Amino acid sequence: MPKPLKKQRVPMPEQDPKERIHNFNEVALGYTWELALEEASRCLQCPVNHAPCIKGCPVDVNIPGFIKKIREKDIKGALEIIHETNALPCITGRVCPQEQQCEMHCVMGKVGDKINIGKLERFVADEAKKMGIYPEVYIAPNNGKKVAIIGSGPAGLTAAADLVKMGYDVTVFEALHDYGGVLIYGIPEFRLPKEIARYEVEYLKSLGVKFIKNVVVGKTLTIYDILNDYDAVFLGTGAGTPNFLNIPGVNLKGIYSANEFLTRINLMKAFKFPEYDTPIKRGKKLAVIGGGNVAMDAARSALRIGYEEVYIIYRRTKEYMTARKEEIKHAEEEGVKFMFLVSPVEFVGNEEGNVKAVVLIMNELGEPDESGRRRPKPVPGTEFGLEVDAVVFAIGQRPNKVLYQEVPELKVTKWGTLIVDEKYRTTMKGVFAGGDAVRGEATVVLAMGDGKRGARAIDEYLKGEPWPEKIEPKNF
Amino acid sequence: MFEIMDKKVLAPNIKWIRVRAPIVARNAHAGQFVILRLHEKGERIPLTLFKWNEEEGYIELVFQEVGKTTYELGSYEPGDKIMDVVGPLGNPTPIQNYGTAVIVSGGVGAPIGYAVTRALKEAGNRVVSIIGFRSKEYVILEDEFKKISDELLITTDDGSYIRKGFTTDVLREYLENGGKADYVFTVGPVIMMKLISQITKEYGIKTDASLNPLMVDGTGMCGACRVTVGGEIKFACADGPDFDAHQVDFDELMSRLVEYRPEEKIALDKYMKGGC
Repeated sequence: MPKPLKKQRVPMPEQDPKERIHNFNEVALGYTWELALEEASRCLQCPVNHAPCIKGCPVDVNIPGFIKKIREKDIKGALEIIHETNALPCITGRVCPQEQQCEMHCVMGKVGDKINIGKLERFVADEAKKMGIYPEVYIAPNNGKKVAIIGSGPAGLTAAADLVKMGYDVTVFEALHDYGGVLIYGIPEFRLPKEIARYEVEYLKSLGVKFIKNVVVGKTLTIYDILNDYDAVFLGTGAGTPNFLNIPGVNLKGIYSANEFLTRINLMKAFKFPEYDTPIKRGKKLAVIGGGNVAMDAARSALRIGYEEVYIIYRRTKEYMTARKEEIKHAEEEGVKFMFLVSPVEFVGNEEGNVKAVVLIMNELGEPDESGRRRPKPVPGTEFGLEVDAVVFAIGQRPNKVLYQEVPELKVTKWGTLIVDEKYRTTMKGVFAGGDAVRGEATVVLAMGDGKRGARAIDEYLKGEPWPEKIEPKNF
Repeated sequence: MFEIMDKKVLAPNIKWIRVRAPIVARNAHAGQFVILRLHEKGERIPLTLFKWNEEEGYIELVFQEVGKTTYELGSYEPGDKIMDVVGPLGNPTPIQNYGTAVIVSGGVGAPIGYAVTRALKEAGNRVVSIIGFRSKEYVILEDEFKKISDELLITTDDGSYIRKGFTTDVLREYLENGGKADYVFTVGPVIMMKLISQITKEYGIKTDASLNPLMVDGTGMCGACRVTVGGEIKFACADGPDFDAHQVDFDELMSRLVEYRPEEKIALDKYMKGGC
């Protein structure tokens, strides 16, 4: 008689919150074989053609297929199925918002908990990494055509992986001194160990992708220089320029963008100062402005470098926060304090010009805005002060204009994102773009989806598809 | 890795290095800078380009040893390698023929002043160089400036060489004596740039200042280098480093520059004690 279906998902073991706020080690510890098999056994194995989970995946991973291989204890088989469409499973298994994608559509949700797809994907990738197993992939013979990928973040790495398999000579250019883009400067070690981004890059190198760092396209090399040497270009340059609110005191010392705060900690390892040379301010009270994943990352990093009281300052209510539920839960467990319906109106400094307080105003929710979320409206006369030693702005980023400020052929939207059509073609012939550079600020996996489809479009172009007279802008 | 090809000590704690970096030299222009990181544990610091040579594939930098990283770089000898050099970064100084251009440089601002002076000269300007140093032993690049300047005015704070006074005194005297200035470019200590810009504002002379805030990535990503110009937030790395001097909030820049003084001291003390 078959065993009845287990309705509850198997939770992934995590580091105790009391301990983990004192270290940068990964919070989620990963499934053991036993736990993975138990969770995999809950999958109903919907037929691949109409498995709802696959439709929810931006990169079309054959989810029932790889889960079946886990049940058969065939890690190599599982890995190969994932790799058919996703070259970076160690990463997506950790940072994808699965609850809004594959897992949202899981049929098991009708009778119990949805399958923990992300955690199973991570299990496969980690287990393979541990065992030194690589997928067997077919690499087409070199076709003599060269493609340049600008930016080594998730969009660029995915495009590089697909193009090298199609037989292209692929070179990835990176502006920073290490590869991975937001995976290494933005997402903290405790969510995505840097060693994983490094591992994925090494894998791409083993497939033949070339990597060149310390090249800022637009400065070190222009896009025209690149087009002289390459047949096509993919811009995966992300949304790297942080927004600030232009309110009094915004340039006081101790006020950071999340990018700066996280870059100092993640990329430059300021948490190990003075062993590492890059410093960061360590105080007692810190406020993070914003309610997305980046805000959670900044708040949780602040605890780990020794801040005792960390606040999330969010202008709407909890249900409107864009951060993943899991991240909010982790932040709460670790002691981050949430303040809702408040916005900063001014920063107050001491005699040395260091921030010492933020003045906040209470909001009420008004009519929905273009995002469908109710717009916060300040309530006059409700200002109050919060003492702080540091502030981090995590209110979004926009694409970095350095790349295209002297390239009139590349047209951008009013938000500064590159205009592309359905096939990720920009307004400049031979130049494609995807990820946050075209979306504004989105997720790792959406950037990877763009990288995939961008690679396919580049392939078609280099096989002779004519460049359109006019680019019909795609809306993201 | 970027090899140091040659090195000279120009003055106490002021060093010149030539670094093999063909990819940086290729698109370099006056007023731009590089970011370098010495080794795996190093910080990223900006240094302005003094000279560069595309054919021979090198850049030249002049720097003063003030913190841990610059002292450590100062200890590197020809043949040693810098792990990362990225650039050129920032926008080139806008070069055009203004007529008479006066370039006011102070201390280790002189290398940038030199690069800009040369570019302005090549663009057809009559160039007047005003450079100021603390004292005779800190005078650098005098011969270089001589070769490209139509008029060279050197001053020292203590009067130990040529004359006594600040660059502000020299500029004011120059203008009071009817000296022509259709454009002023200034680079050096923030207080000097602030005072120079006050003088040129009185005279209504278009003035650019090359700003030197703290930076991390140097590519518009972090905002550590933000400055207030005309009431707006600008990133010196991506929007500058040159800005209309009459619009810059120099006091804020001065304050922000010392943000990490205590940490810089910790790092330097540790380095000087022989740890690294």
